[in-house]
Amino acid sequence: MATDAVSVDVAGYALRLGDDALVLSQRLCAWVTRAPTIEEDLAIASIALDLLGHARVLLGHTGERDGTGRTEDDLAYLRTERQFRNALLVELPNGDFGTTVARQLVFSCYALLLYTALARSAEPVLAAFAARAAKEVEYHRMHAAQWTVRLGLGTAESHRRMQAGLDQVWPYTGELFEADASAERLDASGAAVAPARLRSAWESEVGAVLADAGLTVPQPNWQATGGRAGLHTEAFGPLLAELQAVRRQYPDGSW
Amino acid sequence: MVTLADLGVLRAVRAGTDGVLEIVITPTFLGCPAMRVIEAELLAVLAAAGHPDGRVRQELAPAWSSDWISAEGRRKLAEHGIAPPGPANEPLPVRLGLAAPCPHCGSAATRPQSMFGATRCQTVLVCTACLETFAQMKGM
Repeated sequence: MATDAVSVDVAGYALRLGDDALVLSQRLCAWVTRAPTIEEDLAIASIALDLLGHARVLLGHTGERDGTGRTEDDLAYLRTERQFRNALLVELPNGDFGTTVARQLVFSCYALLLYTALARSAEPVLAAFAARAAKEVEYHRMHAAQWTVRLGLGTAESHRRMQAGLDQVWPYTGELFEADASAERLDASGAAVAPARLRSAWESEVGAVLADAGLTVPQPNWQATGGRAGLHTEAFGPLLAELQAVRRQYPDGSW
Repeated sequence: MVTLADLGVLRAVRAGTDGVLEIVITPTFLGCPAMRVIEAELLAVLAAAGHPDGRVRQELAPAWSSDWISAEGRRKLAEHGIAPPGPANEPLPVRLGLAAPCPHCGSAATRPQSMFGATRCQTVLVCTACLETFAQMKGM
């Protein structure tokens, strides 16, 4: 299947967003039966399912645009670690509930800003996806913000853990906004949104939640990077092995 | 029975550019796993109606909104114990604060319990009159 330069850029863009959604979904699934309450089990499972739905649309579109004709399943189950383009943030181990809430806060604020802007994209599939996904992510953001405030203003122990969670994920937030030549090209033509443009809005939104919660914006002296180039953390291999095990053992299995 | 037309999932039935009958559907939630079953059942209906070569096409744009659920659909949802959604375009905190009447006892004395329910499209409320919890479709 022939393809053009814009399609290659769009495919790469969709792949990065799709991998973020897929990997975060897989991480969140591990909370089911382990969350603090049964409502929270359902909440995290719901959020994980939303993200999986996002990944299906985005990875499906990647295969349509990159000229390979790969399906969403091909992309999810048959790539190796170095071929994934997710930000390192989403593959970090869940940690305690405070760490998971911290990651949900920083990621959902980013995703809501990105999808709200992307809904005006000149690329019809990206725009339609983003318009709908923004409505779903709005719930994720509110859920994370409510927990952040509850834990931040709760007991000394919940405050300590929430702050520790933020301190742990913060060095991984910069990668979400990294400059990327293909995203810049798409941004210039109105086809997509370069995440770098959203950074200051993200900082003020997350900062406002942390202020409400009596928490401190971390000031780490380092920033993680590499996921967008396929260089992942040690924790990613086992995650992928679990995600892909059944598909690899039973290549054409169905039920 | 709540139909696909009641839910606003069924967007159009029309002849495609090649003359083949085509059904257009829009998923309520992105990547909803029910879409495959829905497609298979629609293809069976097409075949039974004398259109074995008929097609089902998914369209993402414009994005589905719970405002597309018909009055009839809302009445049927409530009959099944699921409160129909509130207005989709209010800000999220307003939407969550608009308590739906209890589909079990009819009381208006209900309050939100969780933003997330048994499926992606539901939230959970509790009725302070009959003390039952119930699902409401998300307004979005």
